Amino acid sequence: MSTVADQTRPAREEPWTGPLLDVRNLHVEFRTRDGVVRAVNGVNYSVAAGETLAVLGESGSGKSVTAQAIMGILDMPPAAIPEGEILYRGRDMLKMSKEERRKIRGQKIAMIFQDALSSLNPVLPVGFQLGEMYRAHRGSNRKEAKAKAIELMDRVRIPAARERVGDYPHQFSGGMRQRIMIAMALALEPDLIIADEPTTALDVTVQAQVMDLLAELQAEYHMGLILITHDLGVVADVADKIAVMYAGRIVETAPVHDLYARPAHPYTRGLLDSIPRLDQKGQELYAIKGLPPNLLRIPPGCAFNPRCPRAQEICRHEVPPLAQVTEDDGTPVAGRGSACFFWKETLHDG
Amino acid sequence: MAEPILEVRDLVKHYPLTQGVLFKKQVGAVKAVDGVSFTLAKGETLGIVGESGCGKSTLAKVLMNLERATAGQVLYKGEDISRLSGAALKAVRRNIQMVFQDPYTSLNPRMTVGDIIGEPFEIHPEVAPKGDRRKAVQDLLDVVGLNPEYINRYPHQFSGGQRQRIGIARGLALKPEIIICDEPVSALDVSVQAQVINLLEQLQGEFELSYMFIAHDLSIVRHISDRVGVMYLGRMVEIGTDAEIYEHATHPYTQALLSAVPVPDPTGREGRERIILSGDIPSPANPPSGCRFRTRCWKAEERCATEVPLLAAPTLLTGDARHDSACHFAAEREVAAA
Repeated sequence: MSTVADQTRPAREEPWTGPLLDVRNLHVEFRTRDGVVRAVNGVNYSVAAGETLAVLGESGSGKSVTAQAIMGILDMPPAAIPEGEILYRGRDMLKMSKEERRKIRGQKIAMIFQDALSSLNPVLPVGFQLGEMYRAHRGSNRKEAKAKAIELMDRVRIPAARERVGDYPHQFSGGMRQRIMIAMALALEPDLIIADEPTTALDVTVQAQVMDLLAELQAEYHMGLILITHDLGVVADVADKIAVMYAGRIVETAPVHDLYARPAHPYTRGLLDSIPRLDQKGQELYAIKGLPPNLLRIPPGCAFNPRCPRAQEICRHEVPPLAQVTEDDGTPVAGRGSACFFWKETLHDG
Repeated sequence: MAEPILEVRDLVKHYPLTQGVLFKKQVGAVKAVDGVSFTLAKGETLGIVGESGCGKSTLAKVLMNLERATAGQVLYKGEDISRLSGAALKAVRRNIQMVFQDPYTSLNPRMTVGDIIGEPFEIHPEVAPKGDRRKAVQDLLDVVGLNPEYINRYPHQFSGGQRQRIGIARGLALKPEIIICDEPVSALDVSVQAQVINLLEQLQGEFELSYMFIAHDLSIVRHISDRVGVMYLGRMVEIGTDAEIYEHATHPYTQALLSAVPVPDPTGREGRERIILSGDIPSPANPPSGCRFRTRCWKAEERCATEVPLLAAPTLLTGDARHDSACHFAAEREVAAA
């Protein structure tokens, strides 16, 4: 792989010390016949090189839409970004020309999707699809592209890469197809990979293989990784820091150990409490009551208030800002925020 | 153990692979379920875990008689139901019902909730006479925690968790003794899963149900099950109480499966020892000889290729480690402090 790097990697720009990606106050809405669906309502997060940010949320929380906005693959319209900035190495991608964004997409920021089978073209050999990255972006000829495709397949440990380079996606198993997706994301050696539920469709033993591979490659290339998932187990395994999303907002941010040990938002606490634990066998599981909200009718105030055991009058009227979480003596805890008026009480609970 | 309500003996389901159009000739078979035996006691929950392609859903279909068994027996209260047909089958089916995985496709979108839950009464009118049906359906809605006034609504008006409740109400309609749940919560959001699990447990107490709970989420299976069976490529490789399986697993596949499950706690994650299996599950059309797991097993020796390991309690082991395990080298794994 080092040979690929040496030949194809363009000279690095001026050194950049800030975060690789900085999303600021991002809003995304979909204009539908039934009204405006506010999928993302002011999201802030950042990722540095070598860092893993996990974005945790249930369906409809806006975690995938945020990622699609970063990649610039939202269909606009119906989607629109009325507000916000997406800074890549300090430059707002939303203000860039189409041509500039195209150069970043795939080369600097790459994405891995959940469903590898529908993300790959079924009528083209996988080797051709991998090689296309080099033909389209690096002007390689067919022969070079094929050689690099084989190298990439080796890199993600697909056995007998040379023999399988001409195989079609359906000839691979689910885990192998996801490896090909990872290979494709890695092809141009991006700085940042966004993985949207990369292992949700896979069995646990295969999930372990794929997450291992992803973590190893991330460390080797010192890439930033945004891992979008609903799986509290996967997050605990690989994340450095976490952003928990609910109804289009970030409700809690924290370094991984803090979040699991002492959540500061009732929603996070509820999610953690509903995991079956050994000592609860035979007892009722803790369940967050109610349902995630309809994004056409997000409840006023804190979107979580109808389901929250801690909700007070203020929660029904005012949207809680993401407050800095502090220790008891008032020293701020690095990277910790909670969008709850009662984060102190939540933090001290249990 | 209480008397078994369901006993499965050497159950086999092969799907023939054919070649040719006019003169179809069988060239092989997909061995989806290949010699599975177990018992289910009254009021018990048996969890079945395994990865995709291990045959757990086929097993459910054969038990329901939705697929005919190729060989073997399914004894319901001592009577073999796998060969029944017609009226006799219909009578037995009343007692074994199923809850499906996907609440989006298992409910007919053109039927109202009342018609969906009431449909079993059309087939078995003796359970609820015509005049009482509406009342019976409303009672069922109430039992599963839905508003009885929703009887005229359509499935699309409900969320995933609510739809799963409708599926459960339909499963309960005929007052069955056994409910087979095939991945009942895997399509639901995390915050809603716990609600449905609690409902299933509460109903079990109320109606003395026996559950067969098929799932791939090992922590949920442990929570709800009294005993757990682990399947791999059409065979049961290990079966025992939840503590025997989760804390004293002796089959290498079970050990690998358990170690691969991500633990929702970052404490000590660097020191966690994980068995990463190489390769993929082989094709059930052409399973490995001898032990089916041997191609991915780190303990495999020559004997594993020639001799099929039987599901039996290893005589050399003691305590909780001594439970049915289909491995020639069954032994507990030394677990590093996690």
